[in-house]
Amino acid sequence: MNAHDSKIHGMDLSSGRNDGIAQGDELLKVENVTLRFGGVTAIEDISFNILKGEVRAIIGPNGAGKTSMLNVINGFYHPQEGSITFRGEKRSRMRPYEAAASGIARTFQNVALFTGMSTLDNIMSGRSLKMKQNFLTQMFYFGPARNEEIEHRRRVEEIIDFLEIAHIRRQPVGKLPYGLQKRVELGRALALEPDLLLLDEPMAGMNLEEKEDMSRFIIDVNRQFGTTIALIEHDMGVVMDLADRVVVLDYGKKIADGEPAEVQSSQEVIDAYLGVPH
Amino acid sequence: MANATGGCDTFPKFLLENAEKFGQRPAMRHKDFGIWQSWTWREMLAEIRNLSVGLQSIGLTRDDKVAIVGGNRPVLYWSFCAVQALGGVPIPVYADAVADEMVYVLQHAEVRFAVVQDQEQVDKLLSIKDQLPKLEYIIYDWQRGLGDYDEPFLHHVQALQRDGQALLESDPAIGQKWLAEIDKGKGEDLSVMLYTSGTTGKPKGVMLSYDNLVISSLNANKFDGFDYSDEIIAYLPLAWVGDHIFSYGQSLTAGYCVCCPESPDTVTENRREIAPTYFFAPPRVFEGLLTDIMVRMEDAGKLKQKMFHYFLGVANRVGERILNGEKDISLIDRLLYRIGDFLVYGPLKNRLGMTRMKVGYTAGEAIGPEIFRFYRSLGLNLKQLYGQTEASVYITAQPDGQISADTVGTPSPDVEIEITDSGEVLYRSPGVFMGYYKNAKATKDTKSKDGWVKTGDAGFLDAEGHLRIIDRAKDVGRLNNGSMFPPKYIENKLKFFPNIKEAVALGDGRDYAAVMLNIDLQPVANWAERNNIAYASYQELANHPLVYKMMGEHVDQVNKDLASEERVAGAQIHRFLVLHKELDADDGELTRTMKVRRSLINERYDDLIDALYDGSEEKFVNTEVVFEDGRKGNISATVKIADAKTYPAESMKEAAE
Repeated sequence: MNAHDSKIHGMDLSSGRNDGIAQGDELLKVENVTLRFGGVTAIEDISFNILKGEVRAIIGPNGAGKTSMLNVINGFYHPQEGSITFRGEKRSRMRPYEAAASGIARTFQNVALFTGMSTLDNIMSGRSLKMKQNFLTQMFYFGPARNEEIEHRRRVEEIIDFLEIAHIRRQPVGKLPYGLQKRVELGRALALEPDLLLLDEPMAGMNLEEKEDMSRFIIDVNRQFGTTIALIEHDMGVVMDLADRVVVLDYGKKIADGEPAEVQSSQEVIDAYLGVPH
Repeated sequence: MANATGGCDTFPKFLLENAEKFGQRPAMRHKDFGIWQSWTWREMLAEIRNLSVGLQSIGLTRDDKVAIVGGNRPVLYWSFCAVQALGGVPIPVYADAVADEMVYVLQHAEVRFAVVQDQEQVDKLLSIKDQLPKLEYIIYDWQRGLGDYDEPFLHHVQALQRDGQALLESDPAIGQKWLAEIDKGKGEDLSVMLYTSGTTGKPKGVMLSYDNLVISSLNANKFDGFDYSDEIIAYLPLAWVGDHIFSYGQSLTAGYCVCCPESPDTVTENRREIAPTYFFAPPRVFEGLLTDIMVRMEDAGKLKQKMFHYFLGVANRVGERILNGEKDISLIDRLLYRIGDFLVYGPLKNRLGMTRMKVGYTAGEAIGPEIFRFYRSLGLNLKQLYGQTEASVYITAQPDGQISADTVGTPSPDVEIEITDSGEVLYRSPGVFMGYYKNAKATKDTKSKDGWVKTGDAGFLDAEGHLRIIDRAKDVGRLNNGSMFPPKYIENKLKFFPNIKEAVALGDGRDYAAVMLNIDLQPVANWAERNNIAYASYQELANHPLVYKMMGEHVDQVNKDLASEERVAGAQIHRFLVLHKELDADDGELTRTMKVRRSLINERYDDLIDALYDGSEEKFVNTEVVFEDGRKGNISATVKIADAKTYPAESMKEAAE
């Protein structure tokens, strides 16, 4: 990592970080969200926000409710209480495809690609929401349908170039090593041109080299496309390097929120990770 | 020196001429965003002119040194010409060199500008910039990740080109002045500096003039009949003289099109798409392609395998003779070869991207006779050449029809060859370099006053006037009993087995010869899979008893070979071991061109070497390794040492052909 990693262009994140009302534009706000599955409370009264252009990490021990939190944000789960405001629009119930259409893309903890399809087709599938032509015109592939296809293909090729996966363009993703599959999945999420990108453990199960590559791509996505990123990650080194702000969950409750260094030194966080004597 | 080229004596002049002569023909292609993009000669001239004027606007002037670091991308090739047009000197640097290795070259060459490929190279240069006081500007090609670097000395190539274009449009006099600068260039001027990878000591900057490169290129084009209709794929390191001649010198002088692959990982696929008419590769690339085919065939259906092997048999019997134009071949064999071409060779050549190949060359190392014959029997005109950076590549090359696996051909046009009493090969040619940069002593040691250059290789001319190379002159040693010990000769014999990737032979000043081997993971892993051999790591596989047995058989075969040649029969291998890690350029064990660094290996593995000679059966070793990012780690293992059978020398038999 070089000296450039620690600075975010033109954005002042140092002020007002603890009260949850920061000075940058607020992209997403989670307010008093509670999610229950029958008697189990997965998330309890959590509030935090995500600012435009930042990398926001959500960390916590196993079962803390991190993935549930992402599922709430992209509309897969519907919280019993609380609300989510995305780009100033408040909502309580939303379906995943509506979330996708409004500019939220995600990747999954266990890679969820179409294993029989090529890298190219997988990433292309990420653009299906952007396709305007109906299946009839697409079937005959002429005029506007053709132009549209070419335009989408151009975007997809830009992503392939960006993620350096040209050599596996035509290969079925099921045959690819895990690290590359993760990269393809990131590519598919990028194909949506999202405003907010949710990454669920993008580096799980990777070796050191793959992690470094992936970190580089995440930084570059954030810098070059200006995409706001919320990521769940276990590797503290990665979180410290990548994230601008971190929210820590434990047993469905928020126990800390702030800059990485500050969170890392919080006694509550240390206790949550290492345990406390009873 | 006389102007031998009838008008053009520098590359920028050739560029202008080609834009005139071949205007709308493709000069360069690059696969980008999944599509082959092309530039005609005229478009390429415009790109180079814009870049050149852009460079001029930030201060590049005559005799400035410009480092060029990166892969085979059009912009980097254009930079050569853009710099040369202004009278500057481009210095390509190996892109995979780590920052520490780069410092020496950049300091020594006193570079003022650097044109680099991407963020990786920019970061590398920034990390050593405080050691390079002369370096003023860094220009990068690929913008990704560099968006918020705000160093004032960083420029994007396209931005420079836009500036250049704006200047040219604003004032026609600038264009005229640019042409006048090109006109000032002369044949005897320094054209490029190429740093030799240096198996020993610090790299040396080989200075080549335009005359060296232009005359060598024109001769080579004539020798093999290249013209504007040819196409090649550029995939070898820019800093290597071969790429500079094939993808730059010969392209500009013949007017042929250079194709840049999408990325280093897609070369094979891109070559298939382009099907170049001229293809150069070191032996290991041909070996790799063959291994790949054989491994894939193992997984093919029974019928396909049968067909494949039957027709390869036919090709092996008559293919090379047909290629050499021999007459006494039966009609049935000719017919079978035709059918084979339709069913097997044609699809195979298509797969290899060699369908249109007019001439293929291999050089750098000895090629396995089987491998060489395999390609030739398919009807591919694969030949060998022998060259050096100091000679602008060409010293000898095989003329069409006079091909053999163990010679490197007759002297190239305008090249004279002499063999000294000690067996060292000397040459003199128009391509002979001007000298080593800032190293008069090394120049004097290598190049005599009347232009003869020492190659450092031992060899001899055979009855047909073809040169044969035995080994590096200084590497040929003696065993304690006085018999000759040519390490490379032994190593090459071992490396011809697909399962052996590297071999290091020891024996100079010792009682007997011994070798350290590296398995080639791809074929050995495939073999292990087919034979139900379980292993968890490279190290475990390398140490497997069955692998040792297989290696023992290979060593045994080599000993039989050696025994049949009187001169080297004494150098039979008595003991061998399989190394627990791959020899790696990052650890300094190989040069960047994948040649073994003997002295360093002797030092690093002295424990193992001792064990080879003290009779022990195994040895525990702990080896430090360097990862790609420069961090260090350790690998430890218990390495077994095995004995090999030796054979009495067959003194009566002639050296095997």
